[in-house]
Amino acid sequence: MRDKGADFLIFDQASGTYRESPEQMVRDDVEKHYWLHVGRTILKDWRLYLMLLPTILVFLFWRYLPMYELLGAFKVGDQVKSVSEQYFAGFSYFKTLLVGGGTGGLSMEFWRALRNTFLLSFYGLCFGFPMPIILALFFNEVRSNIARSVYQVLTYLPKFMSTVVMTSLVMMLVKQGSLTSGAGIVSRFLARIGLISEEMANAGLLNNPSFFRGIYQISGIWETAGYDSIVFFAAIIAISPTSYEAAQIDGAGKMAQMRYVVLPSILSTIVIMLIMRIGSLLNIGYEKVLLLYNNNTYVTADVVSTFAQRYGLAGAQKGIASAAEMMNNVVGMLLVIGANTVARKASNVSLY
Amino acid sequence: MKRKLEASELIFKIISYTLLTVFALGCLYPFVYAVSASISGRHAVDYGEVVLFPKDVQFDAFRRMFNDNMFWNSYSNTLFLTVYGTVWALGVAILGAYALSKKRLLFRKFFNFYLVFTMWFSAGIVPQYLNYLATKKVFNGIGIMDDKWLVVIAMGMAAMNIILLRNAFENVPSEIEEAAIVDGATEFGVLSKVFIPMSKSTIATVALFFAISRWNGYFWARQMISNAHEHPLQVFIRLTLEDYTNSETMAGWNEVYASDSVIYALIVCSIVPILIIYPFIQKYFAKGTNAGGVKE
Repeated sequence: MRDKGADFLIFDQASGTYRESPEQMVRDDVEKHYWLHVGRTILKDWRLYLMLLPTILVFLFWRYLPMYELLGAFKVGDQVKSVSEQYFAGFSYFKTLLVGGGTGGLSMEFWRALRNTFLLSFYGLCFGFPMPIILALFFNEVRSNIARSVYQVLTYLPKFMSTVVMTSLVMMLVKQGSLTSGAGIVSRFLARIGLISEEMANAGLLNNPSFFRGIYQISGIWETAGYDSIVFFAAIIAISPTSYEAAQIDGAGKMAQMRYVVLPSILSTIVIMLIMRIGSLLNIGYEKVLLLYNNNTYVTADVVSTFAQRYGLAGAQKGIASAAEMMNNVVGMLLVIGANTVARKASNVSLY
Repeated sequence: MKRKLEASELIFKIISYTLLTVFALGCLYPFVYAVSASISGRHAVDYGEVVLFPKDVQFDAFRRMFNDNMFWNSYSNTLFLTVYGTVWALGVAILGAYALSKKRLLFRKFFNFYLVFTMWFSAGIVPQYLNYLATKKVFNGIGIMDDKWLVVIAMGMAAMNIILLRNAFENVPSEIEEAAIVDGATEFGVLSKVFIPMSKSTIATVALFFAISRWNGYFWARQMISNAHEHPLQVFIRLTLEDYTNSETMAGWNEVYASDSVIYALIVCSIVPILIIYPFIQKYFAKGTNAGGVKE
């Protein structure tokens, strides 16, 4: 515990040598009795540590203890037994998932789930990400505060539905026709304008794998675009009016103002949001997929967490399921940490 | 020069208003349709004659919902989970965030990492499930038979919310805290008399986040609550919908409402309370996204 200053030695006049300074002796004492010191500090401030205790315990019990159960990904044996009583199987589950062997279909399904996870996020990045930015630009054009509030309230609204209500509504709007009732209103509309055929509408769009991704993205935009525009809109209204005036005096038209005034001002926000979005490419919410997909649409809809849910919870292959999700989550974690580091380097802003 | 500038601006304005209006109406339409379909007559709904406005108005689908004990039951369960869950999570989070906001806390870096790591990596569905099962066994062992308490205590804590609170507490000027200590306030007094009043809006935002996640919670509630009478609203909605998808019929042949109307009525019933409180909570929500996440 040597301090930066050079006061750890003092020159002893009498003997003509250096010896330890009293300050350093205290420091050495603290170092020697480090844990005693820690104990004393905690005792003195016990109220503070008592306040921290519930948080520590909640996270220990329900966030960290589950990670111990991940050992199940390396073990075989009686599923009823606890993880510690099972036998080690090494990486056999991972091998089954990645290169097949044994039950071959699993590997195919796992890769399909991984691909779907990536694609759903990637399409979200392509179509879902620009929407809030465009909306924010449009909000900025509305000069009347009342009109803008009306637009904002209407577009934020879907965000306040739960996933269950949102997916229920979507399922009803594109539902299949039956003997007693017709197809959902949106399917019928799409059939009327000729985008899909009558038969497709009557079979139910959610039963058709080729529509799943589209429904997922459009419902995602419906749900979040308005709400996500808040952060971009805040960046746009922070632009000083003088910047626009200066541009106008220089003869900039609307497009030029967009290009040279607005975009540069919100670029840092866009970059941060983009990086964060890329960081969470593999962390796709399972609830929405789970609620929207069915066994007709596994081809395009099955993601890694629903794969794990199907085999681990509905089925009884807990080891396989754990292994699949673990691979997904480890890669996902690396992406998040990478994105966060890049964002911090780029702009001194970090998510955590 | 001047004319051209005005033209480009005008065109952009027209495009903005048009697309905004289309998008906003598109956002609104499903709700309007749900309301119309829930109160329209059987023939009109079944044959797709309802497009925007209700036709052959009836309220029997709502009446059926209101006469269903399970519906009210699930509503009260959701209220239970939301109120107790928010109080519990907020209490734990405020205490933890207060301790973490203190620079003198030993191993502060470690404790921060302890929270942040859970945002990077989660064990996944299966380990989480096994863990909750074990917790349930423990809870039952000590006499808590109502699975709702398992949902309240074990689920819904989020590291992000604690970090939001911690940042708010860190921004409280230390002079005020010192003054309170000089006046003889204890640690708890400082927290309740200085820190909580001074970070009211962040606390409201975080409380809102907790409450929303409790109100909307579905997956784990369905997995863990075994007694159907304890199911929250979200689970009830989903089970009713699954029932309908499997049997393709919800209404008896002599009813005046269509099967679809029952589902739409249920959806409307679950959205209305949110719409009523929406104007009051909107500003905290907007604040949350701006503070949420990005930290200098």
